[in-house]
Amino acid sequence: MPKSLFEKVWEAHSVRKLANGQTQLLIGTHLIHEVTSPQAFGMLRDLGLKVLMPHRTFATVDHIVPTNELVEPYQDPLAQAMMDELRKNCAQFGVTFFDRATGKQGIVHIVGPEQGITQPGTTIACGDSHTSTHGAFGAIAFGIGTSQVRDVLATQTMALGALKVRRIEVNGKLRPGVYAKDVILHIIRVLGVNGGTGFAYEYAGSVFDGFSMEERMTVCNMSIEGGARVGYVNPDATTFAYLKGRPYSPQGTAWDTAVANWKSFASDPGCRYDDVVKIDAADIAPTVTWGINPGQGISITENIPDPATATTDDDKAGIIEALAYMKLPAGAPIKGTKINVAFLGSCTNGRLSDFQEVAKYIKGRKVAPGIRAIAVPGSQIVALQCEKLGLDKILAEAGFEWRAAGCSMCLAMNPDKLIGDELCASSSNRNFKGRQGSVTGRTVLMSPVMVAAAAVTGHVADAREVFAVN
Amino acid sequence: MALDNITQVSGRGVYVPGNDIDTDRIIPARFMKCVTFDGLGEFLFFDVRHTPEGKPTGHPIDRPEHKGAKILLSGANFGCGSSREHAPQAIHKAGFRAVIAENFAEIFFGNSTTLGIPCVNAAREDIAKVAAAIAANPALEITVDVAALEVRFGSDKIKVTQRETARDALVNGRWDAIGELLDGVPAVKATAAKLPYLAA
Repeated sequence: MPKSLFEKVWEAHSVRKLANGQTQLLIGTHLIHEVTSPQAFGMLRDLGLKVLMPHRTFATVDHIVPTNELVEPYQDPLAQAMMDELRKNCAQFGVTFFDRATGKQGIVHIVGPEQGITQPGTTIACGDSHTSTHGAFGAIAFGIGTSQVRDVLATQTMALGALKVRRIEVNGKLRPGVYAKDVILHIIRVLGVNGGTGFAYEYAGSVFDGFSMEERMTVCNMSIEGGARVGYVNPDATTFAYLKGRPYSPQGTAWDTAVANWKSFASDPGCRYDDVVKIDAADIAPTVTWGINPGQGISITENIPDPATATTDDDKAGIIEALAYMKLPAGAPIKGTKINVAFLGSCTNGRLSDFQEVAKYIKGRKVAPGIRAIAVPGSQIVALQCEKLGLDKILAEAGFEWRAAGCSMCLAMNPDKLIGDELCASSSNRNFKGRQGSVTGRTVLMSPVMVAAAAVTGHVADAREVFAVN
Repeated sequence: MALDNITQVSGRGVYVPGNDIDTDRIIPARFMKCVTFDGLGEFLFFDVRHTPEGKPTGHPIDRPEHKGAKILLSGANFGCGSSREHAPQAIHKAGFRAVIAENFAEIFFGNSTTLGIPCVNAAREDIAKVAAAIAANPALEITVDVAALEVRFGSDKIKVTQRETARDALVNGRWDAIGELLDGVPAVKATAAKLPYLAA
């Protein structure tokens, strides 16, 4: 019987049925970071347990790491304490730690792929909801809580029920100036922020076939913003080409065996899906959010919703709450909304191609006066790649501050924060109230090139006009 | 590790209205700069409970009549956003032992169940009914009956639902899976041996 990738990976990793009907699922790769792991290691100590497979556990530091401070001790003693704790735990339990001194540190969802740790047909877990990023490789990757981090450390498994699978096909050709970020913001807008609850999303169609691995990662990254814990793309030649020669990729004859094995996990033609959604690529425009969740998005040419024209009471209440927080006028164009801060980076859009695309358009342009603009590479390796190509200089000449690798202003558990009710044009993934570090701070999510357009004009702008994209 | 059988939770309730209450709102990220979960209770809903200047806003959970409440009621998609267990930890440490909402975000639901906090789904009009009863009498005892899948309050009751695997785990005292997962370690090793990428 034809099967989906999800079913095949699930079956290959099912250890046994548990008493409550859930499955004990083997997690082949466990990625950890400083925020959600210390308590889990504490629980291991309390229970007198070891890490079952230290060679399948990899750590990095990303959330709290200051991107403008390289020397320890950090000015924030709490950040330093978390850093010290992770170092201690990795040393004690024998876990590989991509610390800053290794030159391989970065956001956990950027480090896994660039090291070749993220591979097709595998299961991955990490105490971070954006773990779905790794699904871009045809892995089934779960964001988990700290008790489950403990479970995976101690047993390399967790208790889980199988998910339904929704195939989301995007066919046709994206219009110029429309990026992977717009594709996922559009999908979430169409299916809702909780439309994916209980589902794994399988992204497919000609748009995904043509996407690079970095573009696929951008989409899979935000699956959770649509309520789907897991999102994936079937592995293909693009996947294998990306993985070839990476530090943890199979080498020599093992490579060919691995590729054959990886191919076997791709969804079979004619397999059953619990749901299928088809989207026409031509319907997707550069998309920006206007509200306080990632589903509150519109095309850059549309107007901010008006509660008066809401179709349901829920919509109406949602619009009123969002506009009150965002301090945006109902019914007005989103284009022209004044910004204070421009943020490039995050596990959604902090990779080489993101900075390349921005540099292409921003070269010779200047960030508008009074705008605070920062560009934060997702990893030390991304930083180095950018610097070799001189992208850091192009960005700096335009007025972007070039930083060290980390999560930075995506969630502001570090010195990069909004101040007061500043409005940020952001390439990150969440526009929740207070998300960027100020309780009244405002976030407008968009693609990196749209962030660049906002930075140079000082307001939310249509990058296609600003940069004459056609 | 013997765990309690969580068949029902009784206590006073508090209604925190709203849909899509995300984990950043439940526990803002800056309070996660910690290496233990101690003391998180006081930061529950912190930025909604305080003005930017730090003054209390009169949030439902701070009202004197709701002090000591054990049951939290809310709207749809409760707990969306990040995977931070700090969210259900803060709820638990603030004294809550059950949550009633229209529905829950996936990761939050799993995290809560693992901590022994039953999350049950109820229809919007039924949540409104319970909320109205609490408004009329904040001291009203509410019982979330996980075994029978109903919520009783005064002389009234509503039906609730919960994923069967979670209900089974709660009522049978196996909501924290670690013991059972450890029992399976020999089988884990056998499964791992069949997967080439797991070779040491």
